[in-house]
Amino acid sequence: MNEQDARHAVEAALGKVAPDVEPGDLDGGARLRQDLELDSLDFLRLVEVIAESTGVDIPEADYPAVATVDGLVTYVARHG
Amino acid sequence: MPSLGADMEHGKVVEWLVKPGDYVHKGDLVAAVDTDKTVMDIESFQEGVVAEFLVDIGDTVDVGTPIARITATPAEVPPPAKVPPPEPEPGTKAPPPVRHLAHTLGVDVGRISGSGPGGEVTRADVERAAATPNTSAAPGAAAGAAPAAAADVPAEGEAHRVRSSPLARRLAVELGVDLQAIAGTGPGGAVTEEDVLAAVPPRERAPKEEIPGGRPPSEGAAEEAAEAPPSEAPVAEPPHKAAGEAPRRGRKDSGSKAETLRQAIGALMSRSKKEIPHYYLSTTLDLAAAMAWMQSANQQRPVSSRLVPSALLLKATALAAKEVPDMNGFFTRGAFQPSGAVHLGVAVALRHGGLVAPALHDADTLTLDELMDQLRDLVGRARAGRLQRAEMADPTLTVTNLGDLGVESVYGVIYPPQVAMVGFGKVLEQPWAHNGMLGIRHTAIATLSADHRVSDGLRGGRFLARIDELLQKPGDL
Repeated sequence: MNEQDARHAVEAALGKVAPDVEPGDLDGGARLRQDLELDSLDFLRLVEVIAESTGVDIPEADYPAVATVDGLVTYVARHG
Repeated sequence: MPSLGADMEHGKVVEWLVKPGDYVHKGDLVAAVDTDKTVMDIESFQEGVVAEFLVDIGDTVDVGTPIARITATPAEVPPPAKVPPPEPEPGTKAPPPVRHLAHTLGVDVGRISGSGPGGEVTRADVERAAATPNTSAAPGAAAGAAPAAAADVPAEGEAHRVRSSPLARRLAVELGVDLQAIAGTGPGGAVTEEDVLAAVPPRERAPKEEIPGGRPPSEGAAEEAAEAPPSEAPVAEPPHKAAGEAPRRGRKDSGSKAETLRQAIGALMSRSKKEIPHYYLSTTLDLAAAMAWMQSANQQRPVSSRLVPSALLLKATALAAKEVPDMNGFFTRGAFQPSGAVHLGVAVALRHGGLVAPALHDADTLTLDELMDQLRDLVGRARAGRLQRAEMADPTLTVTNLGDLGVESVYGVIYPPQVAMVGFGKVLEQPWAHNGMLGIRHTAIATLSADHRVSDGLRGGRFLARIDELLQKPGDL
């Protein structure tokens, strides 16, 4: 998947999980757990939505790689 | 308007989930109610056909105000049940937790003679009344917030009589007016024809039945006896003043939801700190076994059924609570009532600020997978503001888990009338000494805030230690 599509998919998924976050305000370096205030259930839901929309499965071992918005986009682009 | 929590005084219907003519069973969701804290779906405690709505969407009314009428079937609306007319006296006093208890036991506070100071209705009075549902009580209607008398069903052949002339009774039936809700101006409080005519239109009446949200916490057999049987006649309403209970408009309708929620939380927390002598304990949980087990289990699971550490911590807490009942139950009017079931309140942070702590019912009996599913569903609905009455009213013990957001430990403030709150901090890898060797393990700090009127450090310590023990055998959770 190219990065553009990956970014859209990530923004859409975040829109579902954290509806109060404006996609335009999304800083690439924002940490999902701390800065966007996603707790463990939100994060799991995010992983689930990404899997549903892009087919990309993120195993638990790879969670550290997707800790930021950019990290997630890169991961989805690479595996999508 | 059901009581959806010990501190709730009024509520507002924001959506009807049924319409007149619908047939509802006990437990069917009938309305969405906005309290200061959140929107909750409430269920019908009665079976029958929805006859009419008694409040408008957006009206704020006191707890106990009838909001809808359900009749047995449309063809079977019997003549109005016979009860004493309301006496226009000032109301019987009962504090919110007693009213809440009365409500869950299906007892009309307004009908109980209070044995407390100044005629105040006490918890014992309510329980006594619940045990004998057909007893009529001396004082007249509580003007205002008397919860519904689901158990006082006069149609079952008691000795309550509405004094009225036959003409008045016939008029009442023809006009669809509820005799029992009319203050009689005739001799001895009898309802006259003029009273009936003055009582039209029905909207202003306080007629027969409301929808009590009735699922009481498991506090023993009393609630079974007090449950309203599916009766032939509509259940009697506690009589309100003749003018009916006009919905209070404009109360707390201004201001954002977050602000009212904040105020409600603040009031509850202040009360907790004033009334409950808290003591605090903490322990560091050894989560090596639990995390290893969980990670291994998750590798073989699809995303949708992955577990999070919270699920294991919650399950262990629920099981420990079953074994240490001093942590699980309610303290009301000077006495502790342990709960037979463990309904674990889960503190959920709302994204716009504020906290709700709805219940995972019977958490000790759920498998980890069930608990995980229910937890996700509960949290999702809590954030969307669509919780059910039973979820808000029933927690017997609450857990707050701020570890997700990075703090190492959290000492919660107990939600009255509960008697304890468990806190979990962040799961961290820490150095750990074992058998003279140093290694790294996953740990988390578990804390307990508990009510010193009910338990002491020994019991509290036992409870926390048990949580730790249970987490050493994650496969058995």
